[in-house]
Amino acid sequence: MSIDMKQFHQAFFEESFEGLQAMEAALLALDPNSADSETVNTIFRAAHSIKGGAGTFGFNEIATFTHDLETLLDQVRSGQRATDTALVDVVLRSVDVLREMLECARDGYQAEITAASGLRGEIQALLEHDAATPADATSETESGVGGHWQIGFAPHRDIMLTGNDPLRILRELARLGDAMVTADASDLPSLLDVDPEQCYLRWTIELHGEVSENDIREVFAWVDDECDLTIQAQVEKSQTERASQPPEEVAESAPDALAGAPAAQPTPASKPPRKDAGSIRVATDKIDQLINLVGELVITQSMLEQTARTLDPVTNELLLSGLSELERNTRHLQEAVMSTRMLPVDFVFSRFPRVVRDTATRLGKQVVLETSGEGAELDKGVIEKIVDPLNHIVRNAIDHGIEMPQERTAAGKPAQASIRLSAWHQGGHIALQVSDDGKGLDRDKILAKARDAGMSLADNLPDSEVWQLIFAPGLSTAAEVTDISGRGVGMDVVRRNIQSLGGSVDIESQTGVGTQVTIRLPLTLAILDGMSVRVGEEIYILPLDSVIESLQPQLDDIRSMAGAARLMQVRGEFLPLLSLRELFGVAGQDLPLDHGIVVIVEAEGRQVALIVDELVGQQQVVIKSLERNYRRVSGISGATILGDGRVALILDVGEVIRSRQIAAAA
Amino acid sequence: MANILAVDDSPSMRQMVAFTLKSAGFDVTEAEDGVDALSKARDGAFNLVLADVNMPNMDGISLVRELRQLPNYRFTPLLILTTESGQDKKMEGKAAGATGWLVKPFDPEQLIATVNRVLS
Amino acid sequence: MNDMQHQTAGAAAEPSPQGDGLRREFLSFRLGAEEYGVDILKVQEIRSYDSVTRLPEAPDYIKGVINLRGTIVPVVDLRLKLKLEQAEYDKHTVMIILNMADKVIGMIVDGVSDVLTLADSQIRPPPEFSGVLDTRYITGLGAVDDRMLILVDIECLMSASDMTVLENAA
Repeated sequence: MSIDMKQFHQAFFEESFEGLQAMEAALLALDPNSADSETVNTIFRAAHSIKGGAGTFGFNEIATFTHDLETLLDQVRSGQRATDTALVDVVLRSVDVLREMLECARDGYQAEITAASGLRGEIQALLEHDAATPADATSETESGVGGHWQIGFAPHRDIMLTGNDPLRILRELARLGDAMVTADASDLPSLLDVDPEQCYLRWTIELHGEVSENDIREVFAWVDDECDLTIQAQVEKSQTERASQPPEEVAESAPDALAGAPAAQPTPASKPPRKDAGSIRVATDKIDQLINLVGELVITQSMLEQTARTLDPVTNELLLSGLSELERNTRHLQEAVMSTRMLPVDFVFSRFPRVVRDTATRLGKQVVLETSGEGAELDKGVIEKIVDPLNHIVRNAIDHGIEMPQERTAAGKPAQASIRLSAWHQGGHIALQVSDDGKGLDRDKILAKARDAGMSLADNLPDSEVWQLIFAPGLSTAAEVTDISGRGVGMDVVRRNIQSLGGSVDIESQTGVGTQVTIRLPLTLAILDGMSVRVGEEIYILPLDSVIESLQPQLDDIRSMAGAARLMQVRGEFLPLLSLRELFGVAGQDLPLDHGIVVIVEAEGRQVALIVDELVGQQQVVIKSLERNYRRVSGISGATILGDGRVALILDVGEVIRSRQIAAAA
Repeated sequence: MANILAVDDSPSMRQMVAFTLKSAGFDVTEAEDGVDALSKARDGAFNLVLADVNMPNMDGISLVRELRQLPNYRFTPLLILTTESGQDKKMEGKAAGATGWLVKPFDPEQLIATVNRVLS
Repeated sequence: MNDMQHQTAGAAAEPSPQGDGLRREFLSFRLGAEEYGVDILKVQEIRSYDSVTRLPEAPDYIKGVINLRGTIVPVVDLRLKLKLEQAEYDKHTVMIILNMADKVIGMIVDGVSDVLTLADSQIRPPPEFSGVLDTRYITGLGAVDDRMLILVDIECLMSASDMTVLENAA
């Protein structure tokens, strides 16, 4: 029978990533000076499981790497090795390397993880340094291959109490070759005195066959402490007797416990065991399928509702009350199904103690991280995509916002700075905030840089607008590029990523007091609040978040530029005026401008005015993928199904604005 | 047909063991740690228990010790799943009453061969 | 990349090792005076023509998308794809919903006729028109009585770049 081990890989990866996360959290919680034994155990167990799984499922590099790590952790666990910051550091870096190795294995890359071999060397050096590496477990006793063996097998009386059956062992021996078994019943008491749970017999076995001593020992491996065993080669030429005692177990590296290893002290307050709410693992596909089905149900329901509006409320009272019940149930069902994709923000926050620790250490700053609102939930898809932007903001805060300890003391602040990560629900949104108590943004510096970049700015620009300049392309990266927040990615990319999730980001800052960056995100990517507009026969959905206002233009507000491009004056600003009809090649002509409707939309801090034929209304829409069966279409982020069953496309406002800029630049 | 209790805190290992044994025609019940296993063992009658050593809540060795105290499991084969680096665990397991061990990593064929040996 | 897909496409008409050969079923449909056949295993369902939602920047033969029980499915007008004369849609116009690889598409044809079983012996290799006609998507010609079925490989026909995301479009 062959079993395809691939089917278990996904479970292995999932549990390994969870294990790494648990390891990381435990490492960060660990006080190197008095290591809590339960925490150390958690760390060990995670490494142990990864090693076991990796070996079983054929990820040999991972198994090899984890093997040394596990040995190191086992020494810590058994009190043979003291924990110190250096050790914690090595293990933390191992977590990173393992994560990378697992990702490569999962995604099928054959990547050389360069950090791995160096780190493995470091671990091995540690192992050799002050604790002996356990010798290879299988004791390679000299063992010849013989043709004829005489085996004396005298089980101890209570061998059966470990579930071992001497007859099974005899059967196994018989499988190795021709066995002649002689039983010795001389110890058997009289029937009255027999305890059926005891073994009174002993055996002598003459075994013929090409069998090595090791093969025979293997059969007795489980019972060699529960029997007296002799194995003698009966080979005619060399009659070497092997008086066989149970083989010595190779001592598992037990150097004197005094060798500088403080016994793990019980800590006064060990963490309470994690509450398990009772959960099952469900594939994301299944959940998405449920969400799709509910989405369809919502559409059918709203279709019914539309049809029913024309009915006479008196004669159809029962039907209408049934429909309103259906509406309520559908909404609740949708909410309940959506909630299955929701994860607590803790999933993101939990990685930040590490980020803050590493970043601060490298910069020589002292930072303590506080978090709040970890329990607030949002969609798994949103969570996964918010990690990078949040990471960037936090690193930025430590790098640019927080001062060196002496600078802080000089300013009358505590040497240790604080970064606070918080999350809270706000309507249908979630807010994530990163605040620091650093030096705040430098207004003059930002203004100067913006002017260098060619922007003309008034001196009395309000602070809030100055801070927004940080998100302008090209401004944030220009600062001193460090390996912390440099990385060639600026706050403009951060903002774009957040906006592509349908979110927004704001900054508040006060000189000498600190900076607050607040991200607002929709709770889910599956539903969108939209404004539907009509162009010819087509309906398009504009994300409500990006809609500023809609208005009927006056002809005097419209100007042309360089003969072709049109601008529209709105509250003193000139916005590019675009025809959605031309943009998407919809048949027909736009209405005369003073009869049409213009919708002002904004993305990435830029606004454009879109000409449409009619505003249809506001509604929540379920987002469907165009790429599933077709491909990406520029300017379109997805599609949805309207109440009448037709498909409407959802505008990607950011892309529309960006593509317009490219067109203008060309 | 023999009824086997497979105990491991790692879902992938548990799945692998259970799937392999089921494919070989055994009835398999899964448990995710010692505590879970003990309560399942009390409620059911198993012909063989396969238990990982390192598990939260109750490790495999304590599980073996507890199981041996139960009248129904005095002679039942109890195998611990250990790693090659855990040689001392084998002895600890034996002292607690384990029948024997299976060394990780093992492949499905080894697992079935061992189980067949014990249950034959 | 496209070349590779095209090569695998031809394999469908290879004779089977056992004598008379495999018997396969084809759904036959009409485009003007011509009759075509498509592997029945690829056909998910047949629907009457329904209005579509247009897609920006799509080639003319991609008519748009429809809602197929909650999934967005693109619709191809096969006449336009094969550069035949355009026809008005009427009550016979139907949409064949095809399930190919992992994508579902709708294909507009003039009408469907029947399901035919062809043995390999009834399938001739496609004639070669050097350069005049792109026939890579034709896997063979099926002869049934006096009818000639042009057997098309839908995957090959549709796997052109306009149906898939360009991998390197950053």
